[in-house]
Amino acid sequence: MNGRAASDILIEARQVSQRFGAFQALSDISVQFRAKQLCAIIGPNGAGKSTFFNILSGSISPSAGSVWFKGQDITGLAQHEYARHGIAKSFQITNVFKQLSAHENVRVAAQMRHARFDFFNPRARLSAVASQADALLERVGLAHLRNRSAGDLAHGQQRALEVAMALAAEPQLLLMDEPTAGMSPEETVVMMGLITQLAAERTVILVEHKMKLVMGICQTLIVLHHGQLLAQGSPDEIRANAEVRRVYLGQG
Amino acid sequence: MKATGVHALMDLVARHRVVAVLAFLLVFPLLMPYEALAVNILIFGLYAVGFNLLFGYTGMLSFGHAAFLGVGSYLTGMSIVHAHLHWLLAIAVGVAAAALVGLLIGHLAIRTRGIYFSMVTLALGQIVYFAFYKAESWTGGENGLRGVTVAPFEVLGLRVDLTNPIAKYYFILGFVALALGLVSRILASPFGAVIEAIRENEKRALACGYDVARSKILVFVLSATICGLAGSLRALHLSVVPIDSLHYLQSGQAVMMCLLGGMGTFFGPFVGAAIFLYLEDVVTSLTRHWMAVVGAIFILFILFFPRGVWGSLMARWQRSATREPSSPAVEQSGPA
Repeated sequence: MNGRAASDILIEARQVSQRFGAFQALSDISVQFRAKQLCAIIGPNGAGKSTFFNILSGSISPSAGSVWFKGQDITGLAQHEYARHGIAKSFQITNVFKQLSAHENVRVAAQMRHARFDFFNPRARLSAVASQADALLERVGLAHLRNRSAGDLAHGQQRALEVAMALAAEPQLLLMDEPTAGMSPEETVVMMGLITQLAAERTVILVEHKMKLVMGICQTLIVLHHGQLLAQGSPDEIRANAEVRRVYLGQG
Repeated sequence: MKATGVHALMDLVARHRVVAVLAFLLVFPLLMPYEALAVNILIFGLYAVGFNLLFGYTGMLSFGHAAFLGVGSYLTGMSIVHAHLHWLLAIAVGVAAAALVGLLIGHLAIRTRGIYFSMVTLALGQIVYFAFYKAESWTGGENGLRGVTVAPFEVLGLRVDLTNPIAKYYFILGFVALALGLVSRILASPFGAVIEAIRENEKRALACGYDVARSKILVFVLSATICGLAGSLRALHLSVVPIDSLHYLQSGQAVMMCLLGGMGTFFGPFVGAAIFLYLEDVVTSLTRHWMAVVGAIFILFILFFPRGVWGSLMARWQRSATREPSSPAVEQSGPA
Protein backbone atom coordinates (compact mmCIF):
# COMPACT_ATOMS: atom_id res chain seq x y z
CA MET A 1 0.00 0.00 0.00
CA ASN A 2 1.17 3.51 -0.54
CA GLY A 3 1.30 4.81 3.00
CA ARG A 4 -2.30 5.99 3.32
CA ALA A 5 -3.54 6.84 6.78
CA ALA A 6 -5.45 3.81 8.06
CA SER A 7 -8.34 5.99 9.21
CA ASP A 8 -8.96 6.97 5.62
CA ILE A 9 -9.98 3.41 4.80
CA LEU A 10 -13.72 2.92 5.11
CA ILE A 11 -14.18 -0.66 3.98
CA GLU A 12 -11.62 -3.27 3.19
CA ALA A 13 -11.65 -6.81 1.82
CA ARG A 14 -8.79 -8.97 3.09
CA GLN A 15 -7.91 -12.03 1.04
CA VAL A 16 -11.52 -12.73 0.26
CA SER A 17 -12.32 -15.96 -1.56
CA GLN A 18 -15.64 -17.48 -2.46
CA ARG A 19 -16.34 -20.99 -3.66
CA PHE A 20 -19.69 -22.28 -4.87
CA GLY A 21 -19.15 -26.05 -4.85
CA ALA A 22 -16.30 -26.70 -7.24
CA PHE A 23 -16.56 -23.24 -8.77
CA GLN A 24 -14.11 -20.65 -7.52
CA ALA A 25 -16.04 -17.40 -7.93
CA LEU A 26 -13.47 -15.18 -6.24
CA SER A 27 -9.90 -15.89 -5.26
CA ASP A 28 -7.85 -13.95 -2.80
CA ILE A 29 -9.20 -10.45 -3.35
CA SER A 30 -7.69 -7.73 -1.19
CA VAL A 31 -8.99 -4.22 -1.81
CA GLN A 32 -9.27 -1.07 0.26
CA PHE A 33 -11.91 1.56 -0.36
CA ARG A 34 -11.25 5.06 0.90
CA ALA A 35 -13.84 7.30 2.52
CA LYS A 36 -15.94 9.69 0.40
CA GLN A 37 -14.91 8.26 -2.89
CA LEU A 38 -16.88 7.09 -5.85
CA CYS A 39 -15.56 3.73 -6.81
CA ALA A 40 -16.67 1.24 -9.44
CA ILE A 41 -16.17 -2.50 -9.62
CA ILE A 42 -16.06 -3.44 -13.26
CA GLY A 43 -15.34 -6.55 -15.27
CA PRO A 44 -16.84 -8.74 -17.99
CA ASN A 45 -19.85 -10.96 -17.26
CA GLY A 46 -18.95 -13.74 -14.87
CA ALA A 47 -15.96 -11.87 -13.48
CA GLY A 48 -17.28 -12.19 -9.91
CA LYS A 49 -18.53 -8.60 -9.55
CA SER A 50 -21.88 -9.50 -8.07
CA THR A 51 -20.35 -12.08 -5.73
CA PHE A 52 -17.90 -9.48 -4.49
CA PHE A 53 -20.74 -6.98 -4.11
CA ASN A 54 -22.76 -9.50 -2.10
CA ILE A 55 -19.81 -10.10 0.20
CA LEU A 56 -19.21 -6.38 0.76
CA SER A 57 -22.90 -5.83 1.47
CA GLY A 58 -23.22 -8.84 3.77
CA SER A 59 -25.65 -10.89 1.70
CA ILE A 60 -23.18 -13.76 1.71
CA SER A 61 -20.25 -14.36 3.94
CA PRO A 62 -17.03 -15.34 2.17
CA SER A 63 -15.58 -18.89 2.18
CA ALA A 64 -12.28 -17.37 3.26
CA GLY A 65 -10.95 -13.95 4.15
CA SER A 66 -12.60 -11.08 5.98
CA VAL A 67 -14.36 -7.76 5.49
CA TRP A 68 -13.42 -4.78 7.65
CA PHE A 69 -15.52 -1.65 8.08
CA LYS A 70 -14.04 1.34 9.90
CA GLY A 71 -11.33 -0.86 11.38
CA GLN A 72 -13.80 -3.47 12.62
CA ASP A 73 -14.15 -7.03 11.38
CA ILE A 74 -17.74 -7.36 10.16
CA THR A 75 -17.41 -10.70 8.35
CA GLY A 76 -20.35 -12.99 9.00
CA LEU A 77 -22.52 -10.43 10.78
CA ALA A 78 -26.25 -10.80 10.13
CA GLN A 79 -27.41 -8.84 7.13
CA HIS A 80 -29.52 -6.37 9.07
CA GLU A 81 -26.45 -5.57 11.20
CA TYR A 82 -24.70 -4.27 8.11
CA ALA A 83 -27.43 -1.70 7.63
CA ARG A 84 -27.13 -0.65 11.27
CA HIS A 85 -23.37 -0.20 10.89
CA GLY A 86 -24.02 2.27 8.09
CA ILE A 87 -23.84 0.14 4.96
CA ALA A 88 -26.78 0.52 2.60
CA LYS A 89 -27.37 -1.05 -0.76
CA SER A 90 -29.54 -1.00 -3.80
CA PHE A 91 -30.12 -4.24 -5.62
CA GLN A 92 -29.61 -5.14 -9.26
CA ILE A 93 -33.23 -6.28 -9.42
CA THR A 94 -35.45 -3.61 -7.97
CA ASN A 95 -36.63 -4.42 -4.46
CA VAL A 96 -39.29 -2.06 -3.17
CA PHE A 97 -42.41 -2.58 -1.04
CA LYS A 98 -44.78 -2.67 -3.99
CA GLN A 99 -48.17 -2.27 -2.32
CA LEU A 100 -47.01 0.51 -0.05
CA SER A 101 -46.95 4.15 -1.11
CA ALA A 102 -43.67 5.69 -2.25
CA HIS A 103 -43.68 7.75 0.92
CA GLU A 104 -44.28 4.75 3.18
CA ASN A 105 -41.43 2.88 1.45
CA VAL A 106 -38.95 5.57 2.42
CA ARG A 107 -40.62 6.18 5.79
CA VAL A 108 -40.20 2.54 6.84
CA ALA A 109 -36.57 2.65 5.79
CA ALA A 110 -36.00 5.87 7.75
CA GLN A 111 -37.87 4.52 10.77
CA MET A 112 -35.13 1.91 11.35
CA ARG A 113 -32.90 4.42 13.09
CA HIS A 114 -35.66 5.55 15.45
CA ALA A 115 -37.94 2.65 16.32
CA ARG A 116 -37.55 -1.01 15.51
CA PHE A 117 -39.47 -2.87 18.18
CA ASP A 118 -41.99 -0.31 19.31
CA PHE A 119 -45.39 -2.03 19.48
CA PHE A 120 -47.47 0.56 21.15
CA ASN A 121 -46.91 4.15 20.10
CA PRO A 122 -48.60 5.36 16.92
CA ARG A 123 -46.02 5.61 14.18
CA ALA A 124 -47.76 8.77 12.98
CA ARG A 125 -46.15 10.40 15.98
CA LEU A 126 -42.66 9.93 14.46
CA SER A 127 -43.00 13.13 12.48
CA ALA A 128 -39.25 13.56 12.03
CA VAL A 129 -39.18 10.24 10.19
CA ALA A 130 -42.07 11.26 7.94
CA SER A 131 -40.49 14.56 7.03
CA GLN A 132 -37.12 12.91 6.40
CA ALA A 133 -38.92 10.60 3.97
CA ASP A 134 -40.44 13.59 2.19
CA ALA A 135 -37.06 15.30 1.93
CA LEU A 136 -35.54 12.16 0.42
CA LEU A 137 -38.36 11.78 -2.10
CA GLU A 138 -37.74 15.39 -3.09
CA ARG A 139 -34.05 14.69 -3.49
CA VAL A 140 -34.52 11.76 -5.88
CA GLY A 141 -37.25 13.61 -7.77
CA LEU A 142 -40.27 11.61 -6.66
CA ALA A 143 -41.98 14.13 -4.38
CA HIS A 144 -44.95 14.46 -6.74
CA LEU A 145 -45.53 10.67 -6.58
CA ARG A 146 -45.43 10.30 -2.80
CA ASN A 147 -48.89 8.72 -2.44
CA ARG A 148 -48.61 6.40 -5.41
CA SER A 149 -48.07 2.67 -4.81
CA ALA A 150 -44.42 1.82 -5.40
CA GLY A 151 -45.50 -0.99 -7.70
CA ASP A 152 -47.23 1.52 -10.01
CA LEU A 153 -44.09 3.59 -10.58
CA ALA A 154 -42.06 3.34 -13.78
CA HIS A 155 -38.90 1.24 -13.65
CA GLY A 156 -36.55 4.21 -13.42
CA GLN A 157 -38.69 5.73 -10.69
CA GLN A 158 -38.61 2.51 -8.69
CA ARG A 159 -34.82 2.53 -8.91
CA ALA A 160 -34.75 6.12 -7.71
CA LEU A 161 -37.10 5.13 -4.88
CA GLU A 162 -34.67 2.40 -3.92
CA VAL A 163 -31.88 4.95 -3.72
CA ALA A 164 -34.03 7.11 -1.45
CA MET A 165 -34.67 4.07 0.76
CA ALA A 166 -30.96 3.28 0.93
CA LEU A 167 -30.21 6.90 1.86
CA ALA A 168 -32.87 6.87 4.57
CA ALA A 169 -30.54 4.87 6.80
CA GLU A 170 -28.02 7.74 6.47
CA PRO A 171 -25.29 5.33 5.44
CA GLN A 172 -21.58 6.05 5.27
CA LEU A 173 -21.26 3.51 2.53
CA LEU A 174 -23.70 3.09 -0.32
CA LEU A 175 -23.34 -0.04 -2.42
CA MET A 176 -25.16 -0.10 -5.74
CA ASP A 177 -25.45 -3.12 -7.99
CA GLU A 178 -25.82 -1.91 -11.58
CA PRO A 179 -27.90 1.13 -10.64
CA THR A 180 -28.73 1.92 -14.25
CA ALA A 181 -29.69 -1.61 -15.32
CA GLY A 182 -32.71 -1.52 -17.60
CA MET A 183 -32.89 2.27 -17.63
CA SER A 184 -33.49 4.47 -20.65
CA PRO A 185 -30.58 6.71 -21.73
CA GLU A 186 -32.33 9.75 -20.21
CA GLU A 187 -32.96 7.97 -16.92
CA THR A 188 -29.34 6.80 -16.92
CA VAL A 189 -28.05 10.36 -17.19
CA VAL A 190 -30.24 11.47 -14.29
CA MET A 191 -29.17 8.51 -12.15
CA MET A 192 -25.46 9.05 -12.82
CA GLY A 193 -25.88 12.71 -11.89
CA LEU A 194 -27.55 11.70 -8.63
CA ILE A 195 -24.81 9.18 -7.85
CA THR A 196 -22.10 11.79 -8.40
CA GLN A 197 -23.87 14.12 -5.98
CA LEU A 198 -24.26 11.40 -3.38
CA ALA A 199 -20.58 10.52 -3.53
CA ALA A 200 -19.69 14.00 -2.34
CA GLU A 201 -21.01 13.11 1.11
CA ARG A 202 -20.26 9.42 1.43
CA THR A 203 -18.48 6.49 -0.13
CA VAL A 204 -20.29 4.98 -3.06
CA ILE A 205 -19.28 1.67 -4.59
CA LEU A 206 -20.94 0.72 -7.86
CA VAL A 207 -20.95 -2.53 -9.73
CA GLU A 208 -21.19 -1.78 -13.39
CA HIS A 209 -20.42 -3.57 -16.60
CA LYS A 210 -20.80 -0.55 -18.84
CA MET A 211 -17.27 0.76 -18.38
CA LYS A 212 -17.78 3.96 -20.34
CA LEU A 213 -20.51 5.01 -17.95
CA VAL A 214 -18.27 5.08 -14.89
CA MET A 215 -14.94 6.18 -16.41
CA GLY A 216 -15.89 9.84 -16.29
CA ILE A 217 -17.20 10.04 -12.76
CA CYS A 218 -15.23 7.54 -10.64
CA GLN A 219 -12.11 8.26 -8.65
CA THR A 220 -11.14 4.60 -8.43
CA LEU A 221 -11.83 1.52 -10.50
CA ILE A 222 -11.45 -2.11 -9.50
CA VAL A 223 -11.24 -4.54 -12.39
CA LEU A 224 -12.17 -8.17 -11.76
CA HIS A 225 -11.59 -10.97 -14.23
CA HIS A 226 -12.30 -14.69 -13.67
CA GLY A 227 -12.67 -14.03 -9.98
CA GLN A 228 -9.30 -12.35 -9.63
CA LEU A 229 -8.26 -8.78 -9.06
CA LEU A 230 -6.86 -7.73 -12.40
CA ALA A 231 -6.14 -4.09 -11.70
CA GLN A 232 -7.08 -1.14 -9.55
CA GLY A 233 -6.42 2.54 -9.91
CA SER A 234 -7.66 5.80 -11.32
CA PRO A 235 -9.59 5.79 -14.60
CA ASP A 236 -6.45 6.96 -16.41
CA GLU A 237 -4.35 4.17 -14.93
CA ILE A 238 -6.98 1.61 -15.86
CA ARG A 239 -7.22 2.94 -19.40
CA ALA A 240 -3.45 2.65 -19.73
CA ASN A 241 -3.26 -0.85 -18.26
CA ALA A 242 -2.32 -3.30 -21.02
CA GLU A 243 -3.79 -6.27 -19.18
CA VAL A 244 -7.18 -4.58 -18.82
CA ARG A 245 -7.18 -3.52 -22.45
CA ARG A 246 -6.54 -7.10 -23.49
CA VAL A 247 -9.33 -8.80 -21.49
CA TYR A 248 -11.91 -6.09 -21.36
CA LEU A 249 -11.56 -3.08 -23.57
CA GLY A 250 -10.57 -5.29 -26.47
CA GLN A 251 -14.01 -6.84 -26.38
CA GLY A 252 -15.53 -3.42 -27.01
CA MET B 1 -52.19 17.48 0.15
CA LYS B 2 -50.40 18.45 3.32
CA ALA B 3 -48.54 15.65 5.03
CA THR B 4 -49.81 16.62 8.47
CA GLY B 5 -53.39 16.64 7.19
CA VAL B 6 -53.04 13.09 5.90
CA HIS B 7 -51.43 11.92 9.10
CA ALA B 8 -54.11 13.56 11.24
CA LEU B 9 -56.82 11.94 9.14
CA MET B 10 -55.17 8.53 9.26
CA ASP B 11 -54.61 8.90 12.97
CA LEU B 12 -58.30 9.64 13.37
CA VAL B 13 -59.30 6.60 11.33
CA ALA B 14 -56.83 4.46 13.25
CA ARG B 15 -58.35 5.55 16.55
CA HIS B 16 -61.95 5.34 15.46
CA ARG B 17 -61.85 1.94 13.85
CA VAL B 18 -61.92 0.31 17.27
CA VAL B 19 -64.68 2.59 18.52
CA ALA B 20 -66.65 1.90 15.34
CA VAL B 21 -66.40 -1.86 15.61
CA LEU B 22 -67.27 -1.80 19.31
CA ALA B 23 -70.34 0.35 18.76
CA PHE B 24 -71.48 -2.17 16.20
CA LEU B 25 -70.73 -5.14 18.44
CA LEU B 26 -72.74 -3.63 21.28
CA VAL B 27 -75.98 -3.91 19.29
CA PHE B 28 -74.89 -6.95 17.32
CA PRO B 29 -76.75 -9.64 19.35
CA LEU B 30 -80.04 -7.91 18.51
CA LEU B 31 -79.36 -8.51 14.81
CA MET B 32 -78.65 -12.21 15.15
CA PRO B 33 -81.27 -14.99 15.27
CA TYR B 34 -79.98 -16.04 18.69
CA GLU B 35 -77.26 -14.94 21.07
CA ALA B 36 -75.06 -18.01 20.90
CA LEU B 37 -74.39 -17.28 17.23
CA ALA B 38 -73.38 -13.74 18.12
CA VAL B 39 -70.99 -15.07 20.78
CA ASN B 40 -69.56 -17.51 18.25
CA ILE B 41 -68.97 -14.73 15.75
CA LEU B 42 -67.30 -12.66 18.44
CA ILE B 43 -64.93 -15.48 19.35
CA PHE B 44 -64.11 -16.58 15.82
CA GLY B 45 -63.85 -12.96 14.71
CA LEU B 46 -61.10 -12.52 17.29
CA TYR B 47 -59.51 -15.79 16.21
CA ALA B 48 -59.47 -14.61 12.58
CA VAL B 49 -58.10 -11.19 13.58
CA GLY B 50 -55.25 -12.91 15.42
CA PHE B 51 -54.58 -15.14 12.46
CA ASN B 52 -54.70 -12.17 10.08
CA LEU B 53 -51.89 -10.49 11.98
CA LEU B 54 -49.63 -13.21 10.66
CA PHE B 55 -51.34 -14.01 7.35
CA GLY B 56 -52.66 -10.69 6.08
CA TYR B 57 -50.13 -8.30 7.58
CA THR B 58 -46.90 -10.30 7.62
CA GLY B 59 -47.63 -12.55 4.65
CA MET B 60 -47.09 -15.87 6.44
CA LEU B 61 -49.75 -18.50 5.80
CA SER B 62 -49.97 -20.77 8.84
CA PHE B 63 -52.01 -23.96 8.69
CA GLY B 64 -51.51 -24.69 12.35
CA HIS B 65 -53.38 -21.96 14.15
CA ALA B 66 -55.93 -24.40 15.59
CA ALA B 67 -53.11 -25.32 17.96
CA PHE B 68 -53.34 -21.90 19.62
CA LEU B 69 -57.13 -21.81 19.69
CA GLY B 70 -57.15 -25.32 21.14
CA VAL B 71 -54.35 -24.83 23.65
CA GLY B 72 -56.07 -21.66 24.90
CA SER B 73 -59.34 -23.58 25.26
CA TYR B 74 -57.88 -26.66 26.89
CA LEU B 75 -55.61 -24.91 29.35
CA THR B 76 -58.39 -22.58 30.46
CA GLY B 77 -60.76 -25.54 30.70
CA MET B 78 -58.27 -27.73 32.56
CA SER B 79 -57.47 -24.89 34.97
CA ILE B 80 -61.15 -24.69 35.88
CA VAL B 81 -62.01 -28.42 35.81
CA HIS B 82 -58.90 -29.87 37.46
CA ALA B 83 -57.34 -26.99 39.38
CA HIS B 84 -60.54 -25.08 40.22
CA LEU B 85 -58.81 -21.81 39.41
CA HIS B 86 -60.59 -18.47 39.33
CA TRP B 87 -61.95 -17.81 35.82
CA LEU B 88 -59.69 -14.81 35.28
CA LEU B 89 -56.63 -16.80 36.24
CA ALA B 90 -57.83 -19.65 34.04
CA ILE B 91 -58.03 -17.29 31.06
CA ALA B 92 -54.53 -16.03 31.86
CA VAL B 93 -53.21 -19.61 31.96
CA GLY B 94 -54.84 -20.42 28.61
CA VAL B 95 -53.48 -17.29 26.93
CA ALA B 96 -49.99 -17.76 28.37
CA ALA B 97 -49.91 -21.40 27.27
CA ALA B 98 -50.96 -20.43 23.74
CA ALA B 99 -48.20 -17.79 23.67
CA LEU B 100 -45.64 -20.35 24.82
CA VAL B 101 -46.72 -22.93 22.24
CA GLY B 102 -46.62 -20.08 19.71
CA LEU B 103 -43.05 -19.34 20.67
CA LEU B 104 -42.05 -22.99 20.23
CA ILE B 105 -43.86 -23.53 16.93
CA GLY B 106 -42.89 -20.10 15.63
CA HIS B 107 -39.25 -20.66 16.47
CA LEU B 108 -39.20 -23.83 14.38
CA ALA B 109 -41.48 -22.71 11.56
CA ILE B 110 -39.98 -19.34 10.68
CA ARG B 111 -36.86 -21.06 9.38
CA THR B 112 -38.95 -21.94 6.35
CA ARG B 113 -40.87 -19.86 3.83
CA GLY B 114 -43.92 -20.11 1.61
CA ILE B 115 -45.51 -23.54 1.27
CA TYR B 116 -42.87 -25.10 3.54
CA PHE B 117 -43.88 -22.74 6.31
CA SER B 118 -47.51 -23.76 5.84
CA MET B 119 -46.58 -27.45 5.95
CA VAL B 120 -44.37 -27.13 9.02
CA THR B 121 -47.08 -25.27 10.93
CA LEU B 122 -49.62 -27.88 9.83
CA ALA B 123 -47.39 -30.72 11.04
CA LEU B 124 -46.60 -29.07 14.37
CA GLY B 125 -50.29 -28.28 14.83
CA GLN B 126 -51.09 -31.95 14.32
CA ILE B 127 -48.52 -32.90 16.96
CA VAL B 128 -50.36 -30.67 19.43
CA TYR B 129 -53.66 -32.28 18.37
CA PHE B 130 -52.38 -35.80 19.06
CA ALA B 131 -50.71 -34.82 22.30
CA PHE B 132 -54.05 -33.57 23.66
CA TYR B 133 -55.92 -36.47 22.09
CA LYS B 134 -53.70 -39.00 23.87
CA ALA B 135 -53.60 -37.24 27.25
CA GLU B 136 -57.08 -38.56 27.93
CA SER B 137 -57.03 -38.39 31.71
CA TRP B 138 -56.43 -34.64 31.53
CA THR B 139 -58.21 -33.64 28.37
CA GLY B 140 -60.99 -36.19 28.03
CA GLY B 141 -59.46 -37.46 24.77
CA GLU B 142 -61.88 -37.72 21.89
CA ASN B 143 -64.87 -36.89 24.10
CA GLY B 144 -63.39 -33.51 24.83
CA LEU B 145 -63.15 -31.81 28.18
CA ARG B 146 -66.46 -31.45 29.98
CA GLY B 147 -67.67 -29.38 32.88
CA VAL B 148 -65.99 -26.06 32.22
CA THR B 149 -68.53 -24.10 34.22
CA VAL B 150 -68.14 -20.85 36.08
CA ALA B 151 -70.48 -20.02 38.95
CA PRO B 152 -72.12 -16.57 38.83
CA PHE B 153 -69.70 -13.90 40.01
CA GLU B 154 -69.51 -10.16 40.47
CA VAL B 155 -67.49 -7.74 38.36
CA LEU B 156 -67.45 -4.07 39.42
CA GLY B 157 -70.62 -4.59 41.42
CA LEU B 158 -72.40 -6.28 38.51
CA ARG B 159 -73.59 -9.83 38.92
CA VAL B 160 -72.53 -11.89 35.89
CA ASP B 161 -74.17 -15.21 35.19
CA LEU B 162 -72.58 -16.95 32.20
CA THR B 163 -75.58 -19.20 31.74
CA ASN B 164 -77.46 -16.10 30.61
CA PRO B 165 -76.56 -15.74 26.88
CA ILE B 166 -76.77 -11.94 26.83
CA ALA B 167 -74.61 -11.60 29.93
CA LYS B 168 -72.16 -14.03 28.39
CA TYR B 169 -72.07 -12.01 25.18
CA TYR B 170 -71.16 -8.76 26.92
CA PHE B 171 -68.72 -10.53 29.24
CA ILE B 172 -66.85 -11.94 26.24
CA LEU B 173 -67.16 -8.67 24.33
CA GLY B 174 -65.16 -7.00 27.11
CA PHE B 175 -62.18 -9.25 26.41
CA VAL B 176 -62.59 -9.04 22.64
CA ALA B 177 -62.67 -5.25 22.88
CA LEU B 178 -59.40 -5.18 24.82
CA ALA B 179 -57.76 -7.53 22.33
CA LEU B 180 -58.99 -5.56 19.31
CA GLY B 181 -57.68 -2.36 20.85
CA LEU B 182 -54.32 -4.01 21.36
CA VAL B 183 -54.15 -5.35 17.79
CA SER B 184 -55.12 -1.94 16.46
CA ARG B 185 -52.31 -0.29 18.42
CA ILE B 186 -49.80 -2.85 17.22
CA LEU B 187 -50.80 -2.33 13.61
CA ALA B 188 -50.49 1.45 13.91
CA SER B 189 -47.12 1.22 15.66
CA PRO B 190 -43.69 1.30 14.04
CA PHE B 191 -43.59 -2.47 14.44
CA GLY B 192 -46.78 -2.69 12.40
CA ALA B 193 -44.97 -0.91 9.58
CA VAL B 194 -42.08 -3.37 9.83
CA ILE B 195 -44.26 -6.47 9.46
CA GLU B 196 -45.97 -5.00 6.41
CA ALA B 197 -42.55 -4.26 4.95
CA ILE B 198 -41.59 -7.89 5.57
CA ARG B 199 -44.74 -9.05 3.77
CA GLU B 200 -43.94 -6.82 0.80
CA ASN B 201 -40.27 -7.66 0.45
CA GLU B 202 -38.27 -9.57 2.99
CA LYS B 203 -34.95 -8.95 1.28
CA ARG B 204 -35.46 -5.20 1.31
CA ALA B 205 -36.62 -5.23 4.93
CA LEU B 206 -33.34 -6.94 5.83
CA ALA B 207 -31.35 -4.43 3.81
CA CYS B 208 -33.18 -1.65 5.65
CA GLY B 209 -31.70 -3.00 8.86
CA TYR B 210 -34.69 -4.84 10.33
CA ASP B 211 -34.15 -8.13 12.12
CA VAL B 212 -36.65 -10.08 10.03
CA ALA B 213 -36.31 -13.38 11.93
CA ARG B 214 -36.94 -11.76 15.30
CA SER B 215 -39.84 -9.71 13.98
CA LYS B 216 -41.42 -12.86 12.54
CA ILE B 217 -41.15 -14.74 15.83
CA LEU B 218 -42.65 -11.79 17.68
CA VAL B 219 -45.59 -11.43 15.36
CA PHE B 220 -46.09 -15.19 15.45
CA VAL B 221 -46.29 -15.14 19.24
CA LEU B 222 -48.63 -12.13 19.20
CA SER B 223 -50.87 -13.90 16.73
CA ALA B 224 -50.83 -17.10 18.83
CA THR B 225 -51.67 -15.08 21.95
CA ILE B 226 -54.73 -13.47 20.36
CA CYS B 227 -55.92 -16.83 19.02
CA GLY B 228 -55.27 -18.35 22.45
CA LEU B 229 -57.52 -15.72 24.04
CA ALA B 230 -60.23 -16.59 21.52
CA GLY B 231 -59.82 -20.22 22.56
CA SER B 232 -59.99 -19.39 26.27
CA LEU B 233 -63.22 -17.48 25.79
CA ARG B 234 -64.63 -20.32 23.74
CA ALA B 235 -64.08 -22.76 26.61
CA LEU B 236 -66.16 -20.50 28.86
CA HIS B 237 -68.75 -20.04 26.11
CA LEU B 238 -69.28 -23.73 25.37
CA SER B 239 -68.63 -25.10 28.90
CA VAL B 240 -66.80 -27.93 27.11
CA VAL B 241 -63.65 -28.12 25.01
CA PRO B 242 -64.24 -30.28 21.96
CA ILE B 243 -61.15 -32.03 20.54
CA ASP B 244 -62.12 -30.45 17.18
CA SER B 245 -60.73 -27.17 18.53
CA LEU B 246 -57.28 -28.49 17.69
CA HIS B 247 -58.20 -30.07 14.37
CA TYR B 248 -56.59 -28.74 11.20
CA LEU B 249 -60.04 -27.98 9.80
CA GLN B 250 -60.17 -25.29 12.45
CA SER B 251 -56.89 -23.88 11.08
CA GLY B 252 -58.39 -23.93 7.60
CA GLN B 253 -61.40 -21.97 8.84
CA ALA B 254 -59.17 -19.09 9.88
CA VAL B 255 -57.79 -18.95 6.34
CA MET B 256 -61.29 -19.00 4.84
CA MET B 257 -62.60 -16.33 7.18
CA CYS B 258 -59.68 -14.04 6.34
CA LEU B 259 -60.07 -14.56 2.61
CA LEU B 260 -63.86 -14.09 2.74
CA GLY B 261 -63.60 -10.86 4.68
CA GLY B 262 -60.39 -9.49 3.26
CA MET B 263 -56.90 -10.35 4.43
CA GLY B 264 -54.66 -7.52 5.51
CA THR B 265 -57.57 -5.29 6.54
CA PHE B 266 -58.49 -4.63 10.15
CA PHE B 267 -62.20 -5.52 10.04
CA GLY B 268 -61.99 -8.03 7.18
CA PRO B 269 -61.45 -11.15 9.31
CA PHE B 270 -64.33 -10.21 11.57
CA VAL B 271 -66.64 -9.70 8.60
CA GLY B 272 -65.39 -13.01 7.18
CA ALA B 273 -66.07 -14.84 10.43
CA ALA B 274 -69.58 -13.35 10.58
CA ILE B 275 -70.40 -14.38 7.00
CA PHE B 276 -68.94 -17.85 7.46
CA LEU B 277 -70.73 -18.62 10.72
CA TYR B 278 -74.02 -17.04 9.69
CA LEU B 279 -74.07 -19.03 6.45
CA GLU B 280 -73.11 -22.17 8.32
CA ASP B 281 -76.00 -21.60 10.70
CA VAL B 282 -78.51 -20.98 7.93
CA VAL B 283 -77.33 -23.75 5.61
CA THR B 284 -76.99 -26.48 8.23
CA SER B 285 -80.64 -25.98 9.11
CA LEU B 286 -81.51 -26.75 5.47
CA THR B 287 -79.09 -29.52 4.52
CA ARG B 288 -76.49 -31.77 6.06
CA HIS B 289 -74.04 -31.04 3.24
CA TRP B 290 -72.92 -27.72 4.62
CA MET B 291 -69.31 -28.16 3.49
CA ALA B 292 -70.34 -28.59 -0.16
CA VAL B 293 -72.37 -25.41 -0.02
CA VAL B 294 -69.66 -23.46 1.75
CA GLY B 295 -67.16 -24.61 -0.90
CA ALA B 296 -69.33 -23.22 -3.68
CA ILE B 297 -69.94 -19.98 -1.82
CA PHE B 298 -66.26 -19.64 -1.09
CA ILE B 299 -65.40 -20.01 -4.78
CA LEU B 300 -67.99 -17.38 -5.71
CA PHE B 301 -66.62 -14.94 -3.19
CA ILE B 302 -63.04 -15.49 -4.36
CA LEU B 303 -64.12 -14.92 -7.98
CA PHE B 304 -66.18 -11.79 -7.38
CA PHE B 305 -64.54 -10.34 -4.29
CA PRO B 306 -60.86 -11.27 -4.68
CA ARG B 307 -59.96 -8.84 -1.91
CA GLY B 308 -62.70 -10.19 0.32
CA VAL B 309 -66.01 -8.52 1.10
CA TRP B 310 -64.60 -5.88 3.41
CA GLY B 311 -61.38 -5.49 1.40
CA SER B 312 -63.36 -4.80 -1.79
CA LEU B 313 -65.53 -2.25 -0.03
CA MET B 314 -62.43 -0.53 1.33
CA ALA B 315 -60.78 -0.47 -2.07
CA ARG B 316 -63.90 1.06 -3.64
CA TRP B 317 -64.15 3.64 -0.91
CA GLN B 318 -60.48 4.61 -1.22
CA ARG B 319 -60.71 4.85 -4.99
CA SER B 320 -63.62 7.25 -4.81
CA ALA B 321 -61.88 9.19 -2.07
CA THR B 322 -58.64 9.70 -3.98
CA ARG B 323 -60.13 9.50 -7.50
CA GLU B 324 -57.19 7.46 -8.63
CA PRO B 325 -57.77 4.70 -11.14
CA SER B 326 -54.77 2.70 -9.95
CA SER B 327 -54.82 0.47 -6.91
CA PRO B 328 -54.70 2.61 -3.77
CA ALA B 329 -51.49 2.71 -1.83
CA VAL B 330 -51.42 1.62 1.76
CA GLU B 331 -50.69 4.72 3.76
CA GLN B 332 -49.48 4.89 7.35
CA SER B 333 -51.67 2.71 9.50
CA GLY B 334 -53.25 1.01 6.51
CA PRO B 335 -56.89 0.72 5.60
CA ALA B 336 -59.43 -0.01 8.27
